[in-house]
Amino acid sequence: MKSQKSSSLLLGPFLIPVLSVIVALAIGGILVYMQGSNPLLAYRVLFTTAFGSLDGIATTLAKATPLVLSGLAVAICLRAGLFNIGAQGQLISGALASAWAGYNFVGLPMFVHIPLALLFGAFFGALVALIAGVLKAYRGVHEVITTIMLNSIVIALADYLASTPFKEPDQPLTRTPKIEDSARIPDVFGLPLGFFIAVIVSYIFWWILKNTTTGFRIETNGRNKNAGWYAGISIKRVIILSMLLGGAVAGVAGAIETLSIVGRFEPAFNAGLGFDGITVALLARANPLGVIPAAIVIGGMRASGSTVQFEAGVAPEIVDLLLALILFFVTAPLLAKFFRKKSEEVAVASGWGK
Amino acid sequence: MRIQTRYLVAIFSLLAFAYFYSRDGLVTTSVVYTAIQFALPLALAAMVGVMCERTGVVNIGIEGTMLISAFSAFFIGAIVQDTVIGLVTGIATGMVVGLLLALMSVSWKMDQIIAGVIINIMAAGLTSFLYSQNYSIPSTLSPIDIPIIGTWPIIGPIISFHGPITYFGILFIIGLWVALYKTPWGLRSRAVGEHPSSADTAGVSVIKLRYLNVTLAGAVGGLAGSYLALEAVGIFERGFTAGKGFTALAIMIFGRWNPLGAFAAAIFFGLAQAVTNQLMIDEVVQIPQQFINMLPYVLTIAILAISAGKVRPPAAEGIPYEKEKA
Repeated sequence: MKSQKSSSLLLGPFLIPVLSVIVALAIGGILVYMQGSNPLLAYRVLFTTAFGSLDGIATTLAKATPLVLSGLAVAICLRAGLFNIGAQGQLISGALASAWAGYNFVGLPMFVHIPLALLFGAFFGALVALIAGVLKAYRGVHEVITTIMLNSIVIALADYLASTPFKEPDQPLTRTPKIEDSARIPDVFGLPLGFFIAVIVSYIFWWILKNTTTGFRIETNGRNKNAGWYAGISIKRVIILSMLLGGAVAGVAGAIETLSIVGRFEPAFNAGLGFDGITVALLARANPLGVIPAAIVIGGMRASGSTVQFEAGVAPEIVDLLLALILFFVTAPLLAKFFRKKSEEVAVASGWGK
Repeated sequence: MRIQTRYLVAIFSLLAFAYFYSRDGLVTTSVVYTAIQFALPLALAAMVGVMCERTGVVNIGIEGTMLISAFSAFFIGAIVQDTVIGLVTGIATGMVVGLLLALMSVSWKMDQIIAGVIINIMAAGLTSFLYSQNYSIPSTLSPIDIPIIGTWPIIGPIISFHGPITYFGILFIIGLWVALYKTPWGLRSRAVGEHPSSADTAGVSVIKLRYLNVTLAGAVGGLAGSYLALEAVGIFERGFTAGKGFTALAIMIFGRWNPLGAFAAAIFFGLAQAVTNQLMIDEVVQIPQQFINMLPYVLTIAILAISAGKVRPPAAEGIPYEKEKA
């Protein structure tokens, strides 16, 4: 992304994403209408549930929290020219690890226990991403395939762990025991504390990209691998570092979800959070700060999906459909061309080699 | 696979087969029969990759193509209560998705990886939104009993009694190999995938050929999806393709972008799964089900890690063609 003057900075990064959301809602509306429901009612319910009350906003922010972080996990890798589709697996790994740390350590004070559990989440999220990073750096295996395969592997592995060694005793369900109270992330003023952690992390990432050599290395590698190589930047190190950062932040997303919402690890609870991260990151044009509003929009949709079904009779999967359409319009140069504006490139290494 | 290892693997497999057949003929042939069933959708999906990448277009949307084709094949087949019409719909759906990919990657010159991921996410979103229970197709495509060969020992029970898509699929793979290496279309396609500007100079329309091949490949993806919904299991569920489209990419690379090589790699995958299943049934090994489910994914990563550095993809892959650049 080019550094632009402040005037175009306002329009540039926002015009296309906002238009994408509007066009996606319009097409989604037609499909809802064809299914025999009232799209205007559905959207009104969608909006008022998500943003119409203080409770609604709190729920929306709680839903947005893991999306900010998983969006960041994808965005930071996009900046380095890597497409991390594995946020889902990294997130689940982090969720399980933090749950384990949450119920296994007893008698710790809160200010030790919560950071420790978050650290567990970050570490195990990064560990999963590291596999993809190493294979990419040293064997040239494309990260899109490895991260997707790792998603499936982690999901199966977590399911096994939660159903056998880490299982809550004397319970038929596949889930771990409840975490200790000292590991629970509290709410502040009715708003989830996790959301503020996510915002701070986004800001730190934005700062790192803008102001540090590490950030410069990542961005240079993402823009042009040859230029980076000529400038003496080790591509291998950049790949592994960005995957580690992405994995860690996705792991924290899972950890926060476990420590503030679910209260234990239960496989079905984390489904889809990592994949929504892809939409969030592309909607935000891979900008660490843009991830926050993008996550709030999508979190709002997720928060009100079931109410829409209840009050407007539309299947809650409408949200999946809308997100897919948003993703299409935000990445396809259709809208950008229509407005005679060169779309900002989000560079991803094409092809399998190197 | 280098040539020497290829022969070693073949000889080893034959010896292993002979050994197991001497122990228990019925089980051994049924394992190989099952392996073919596991392998077929992977092999067909890998052909999608071969057809696209040989002309220089990376297709990471095979998974989505299969998913949405399986969906339309199943539900149209269920609504009109005709499996054959379902099959036609599935193939047509695949073609439409192929055309969309061509539009995004050839005309709009989008990043091909992003284009493919969009297809996957759109397919997942659309099928889970439109999905509904309480539908069923009248019957799966019925298996064909091949005359004469069907009665032969060993070969008969392995080769005979598969469904029509299986036989067509195998013939198609052989046909694709012939077409790719022995016909003008194949030569042009490969030229476009390796050095598009030379092909252009020689009078081949790079854009048209990429459109043609990616769209046809979409139809093959539709066939693979239809196979899953109409021939293999006869149902549709959300997220039904379970990563087969990605495994297929690993198979394509393992088979060095060669239709027959990829077919052999798919059979290897199918065998690995069929043998593991049999070991579970016989209770020879006690592995948690989750680890069995993991097997194809672990194999995919392992194979890519082993073969990635050693094989060479088509040179112009992933790069949109711009005439001026030549």
